[in-house]
Amino acid sequence: MIAVLAVTFAAATVAPWIFRKFQRNAFYVLAAVPAGAFVWLLGQYGAVYGGGHGSTGGSSTGGAIEETMPWIPDLKLEFAFRMDVLAWVMSLLVLGVGTLVLVYCARYFKNKDADLGGFGAQLLAFAGAMFGLVTADDLLMMFIFWELTTVLSYLLIGYARTRLAARRSALQALIVTTAGGLAMLVGLIILGQTAGTYRISAILAEASTFATGPAQAAVAAAVVLILVGAITKSALVPFHFWLPGAMAAPTPVSAYLHAAAMVKAGIYIVARLAPGFSDSPAWLPLVLGLGLATMLVGGYRALRQTDIKLILAYGTVSQLGFLTMVVGLGKPDAALAGLALLLAHGLFKAALFLVVGIIDHQSGTRDIRKLSGVYQSSRALAIVAAVAAASMAGVPPLAGFVAKESVFEAFVHYGADPASEPWGPVLLVGLVLGSILTFAYSARFMWGAFATKPGVDRTPFKAIKPSFLAAPAVLSFLTVVYGLWPDPVDSWIQPYAAVFTGSHDGGTTASSAGHLALWHGLTTALGLTAVTFAAGIAMVYARNFVSRAQSRVPDWIDGDRAYQRTIGALDDVAVWVTGRTQRGSLYFYLAVILTVAFAVPLTALIMANKPIPGGLYLIDPNSPLQVIAAAGIIVGALAAVRANKRFLAVLMVSVTGYGIALLFAFQGAPDLALTQMLVETIILVAFVLAMRSLPPELRDRTGGKYRVVRVIIGVAFGVTMIFVAIYAMGARISNPVSLSFPRLAYEGGGGLNVVNVTLVDIRAWDTFGEISVLAVAATGVASLIFVRSRGERIVKSASVPEGSVGRRPAVGGNSREEASLAMVRKFAGSLADPWLVAGRTLAPERRSIIFEVVTRLIFHSMIVFSVYLLLAGHNLPGGGFAGGLTAGLALTIRYLAGGRFELREAAPISAGMLLGTGLATAAVAGFVPLIFGGQVFQSAIFEFWLPLFGNIKFVTSTIFDIGVYLVVVGLALDVLRSLGGEIDEHFEETASADAKRSWASTAGSAGPVSDETATTVPTTKRTP
Amino acid sequence: MSVNLTLLIVMGVLYACGIYLILERSLTRVLLGLMLLANATNLLILATGGYAGLAPLFSKSTDPHDYNDPLPQALILTSIVISFAVTAFMLGIIYRTWALARQDDIQDDAEDRRVAKTPSFDAEDDSVVPEETSEFPVTEVPAAAKEGATE
Repeated sequence: MIAVLAVTFAAATVAPWIFRKFQRNAFYVLAAVPAGAFVWLLGQYGAVYGGGHGSTGGSSTGGAIEETMPWIPDLKLEFAFRMDVLAWVMSLLVLGVGTLVLVYCARYFKNKDADLGGFGAQLLAFAGAMFGLVTADDLLMMFIFWELTTVLSYLLIGYARTRLAARRSALQALIVTTAGGLAMLVGLIILGQTAGTYRISAILAEASTFATGPAQAAVAAAVVLILVGAITKSALVPFHFWLPGAMAAPTPVSAYLHAAAMVKAGIYIVARLAPGFSDSPAWLPLVLGLGLATMLVGGYRALRQTDIKLILAYGTVSQLGFLTMVVGLGKPDAALAGLALLLAHGLFKAALFLVVGIIDHQSGTRDIRKLSGVYQSSRALAIVAAVAAASMAGVPPLAGFVAKESVFEAFVHYGADPASEPWGPVLLVGLVLGSILTFAYSARFMWGAFATKPGVDRTPFKAIKPSFLAAPAVLSFLTVVYGLWPDPVDSWIQPYAAVFTGSHDGGTTASSAGHLALWHGLTTALGLTAVTFAAGIAMVYARNFVSRAQSRVPDWIDGDRAYQRTIGALDDVAVWVTGRTQRGSLYFYLAVILTVAFAVPLTALIMANKPIPGGLYLIDPNSPLQVIAAAGIIVGALAAVRANKRFLAVLMVSVTGYGIALLFAFQGAPDLALTQMLVETIILVAFVLAMRSLPPELRDRTGGKYRVVRVIIGVAFGVTMIFVAIYAMGARISNPVSLSFPRLAYEGGGGLNVVNVTLVDIRAWDTFGEISVLAVAATGVASLIFVRSRGERIVKSASVPEGSVGRRPAVGGNSREEASLAMVRKFAGSLADPWLVAGRTLAPERRSIIFEVVTRLIFHSMIVFSVYLLLAGHNLPGGGFAGGLTAGLALTIRYLAGGRFELREAAPISAGMLLGTGLATAAVAGFVPLIFGGQVFQSAIFEFWLPLFGNIKFVTSTIFDIGVYLVVVGLALDVLRSLGGEIDEHFEETASADAKRSWASTAGSAGPVSDETATTVPTTKRTP
Repeated sequence: MSVNLTLLIVMGVLYACGIYLILERSLTRVLLGLMLLANATNLLILATGGYAGLAPLFSKSTDPHDYNDPLPQALILTSIVISFAVTAFMLGIIYRTWALARQDDIQDDAEDRRVAKTPSFDAEDDSVVPEETSEFPVTEVPAAAKEGATE
């Protein structure tokens, strides 16, 4: 079985290429696959029925072939397949009809039809999925195939992608069947977990123990959920509407999916579970009630249709209800009748759909008001159709008759059983009514499709090629054979029916299940058939009256409209909810998020009603000075909120930052204090650089009542956090893990600075993640400002003209500013010996001799110091972060003193290069230990003697720290290049553009020229 | 367990001010609010370390309890540098918003408002489908076209 599935899916995968070569005849190639499987299936007859003989590869137990292959053992999921009697009969239908439909497709489609390859692949894959569904012996495997058929049916129904009807009905079918499928999945999982196994055969073998055991209720719920899946799939009321909708599919698809295969999946589930669970409390009401309602609704609606395909569609709905009732009854005779009917229905309904396809193909319409005289055009087609339709109506000596006789027999038997009171007779009456309707719509179909109607022109009808007619003809032929010689079918089904007797003695089986036969004698069932025919014929004669009566009844059951309303209501709710919650205002979103963020923990704290934990102190006895820093921070924070000047606010935030550095220092965290100081300084510079073009005022735009809300949220959040922190820290009961860190750091990491060793060794992965974030953020900054590149083009300062950078536009007039500017320029000229390499490129009014001298003095010291911090960090405060930030600060000073060309001279390397090298270095430090058989980021300690330096203890995690250092320098460099140098350039561009414009306008208006010549002046002046 | 109220009160004030600022429309103030929140969070982590203690520089004779807890310190150190990177990124955003649109304000999202006003009618779902009684309507169209041509 696994081989069959593998071959089928493999063939489906390569189908598009087959189509490219053979065009539509490729369908014949594809048909060979299920045909081969069909032959294989016939070969398994002995193994399935005889027990133990002729099985191929798999083991054979109790008259069934089993094949299993492990898949995900942890989930108890395995490829478990079991070919028993039911699976064998279903496979006959699936593979046989599948072959014929594929053969039929080869003449139905044209070579120029779009996407034939994909279509063929889907149809073949569908046959495979269906085969998998009926043979799967694992609940989850079965569900996977179940959903596969749903997805493939979506694709197949929506084959005509350009037609709205096809798209919409494909989606409708998908939504309805998937919704049922989800319910079924829940049911399957409940069932599997309760049973402790997902093997269907094992569950069924022990089903009787569940029905009475402690898990009774769970199993009953599971059964209902699984039935919901079956009901949606098999288009039972109230979900029947998707099936007529799905008639937008190409007709071969309807013939296969909507007559023989997919809709039978629900029936199959019912048939599969009936031996074990038909005693479940909700089973019979659901199966019989919905089945009967569906049978009647479908038959009634079929009589109203004018599209022959829709007549068949509603007829199918009706028959599916019929089948569900019979198969689900859970009695041996009904089981026999059910499978007999299933086969008969597959044969005649597929044949009829294929006939409809031929009529549509040859005449261009399926409307019974337009079709006329098709019988004269093609008698062969009419005969094929007539056989199938007569079988549907239950006319002897055809398959439909044989099956329906046994159904009546079973229900007469059931009605006579006192246990069925009072519903048994009602069901019987319902069945007869449904059968009368079936007879009537079968006749309506034949009349509508083939009759010559008065007043309608004879429909033009192209001649049918025999190869086109072959598939339905074979099906109709089988219908006749089955009717005349039902014994083989009987022998196929008997073992399944025997399961219901519960005992294993063959004698009672035969007597209770009965046999399929054309002639049972003068029985009640035969009488019911006679009644059916009589009433049916009467309805055909009175058809005008019937249709008039029907048109007067309003459509009181319209599942389609209910579905549309549900979907519409869902849309409305979605739009409403979206409109209320997604209002587009960040303020609103944040307010909601933050309110939840404090309200939930606060509620939890209040509900918990715990006393405030002990150990609180206001002033730390070890460092009382903290209080002063704390006061400064609070003042700074409040001032930052109140400040209405941009830079004042920034400065106030910096005050809190520096204050926190002090707190760190008082707390005993020199590394933090150092890093915080450096970062705070660089941030301040970055702020000033980035915000120079923004207006100095900070306008408070969100005032009024929002301000009150903001104050409330802010204060509540702060207070909540204080209490959350108190309770969280009070809840600590164990010693901190970090108590062992100092020893770990010294012995394992070879360093005295515990914080630094934690970063580069104990928690190195964490740090590696962090420097990756730094690299990403640096790249983000650069891309925001440079947009296109990272500003890698390095211009040598030597090529830049002296004093050209940042030249201020002439102020004009004899103002003080102009005078001081002239003074500055004079002094600048005397700066013959530059302190900085590129200082001369800066406009003289921008230069500061003191700053240049100081920079010259401290830059190299700072770089050396940064390297010292990096290397000493393992044992003393410092490390890669602090070192990198110091180097960044040194570069900042160079930039501030000498402009962007100075920065390029100071760091003639791209920031991206630094970031990449840093990350690579850190990664190498992580991976090299693996080569020596260690773990990632494991560090090694080397001790050796060097002249001058003496004894050196080198720890390899220092290499990781060098990577960190490089990344931090890269980040600082990116910030300086972007927020500094590049914004400088933007400034100069706009300034020179502004200057040109203002120069032109002053020249035009201030000059002594008259108005007439004013416009010409700029052009004449610009020419030289 | 020891809980340093000084640190926690400062943390609470920083949180309150930070939240107040990020509920502003001005991007600059939002950024300042984020920085205050980052500082407040660093203090929260610091407070978990308990009493002030010796700097965690190992010496064999010191009892591990006498150090200030090194683990929160390591966490804060990474946090400080990450905050720097985030701040720089936000500065880039602020500058770019200013350069492109000359504004420092967070605008309402017009797309969100448009979605909220979307009518529930959708042509794909709700339009009336014409009744199709054939998959081969193409054969009729050339016929009609031919008639049109001959007339």
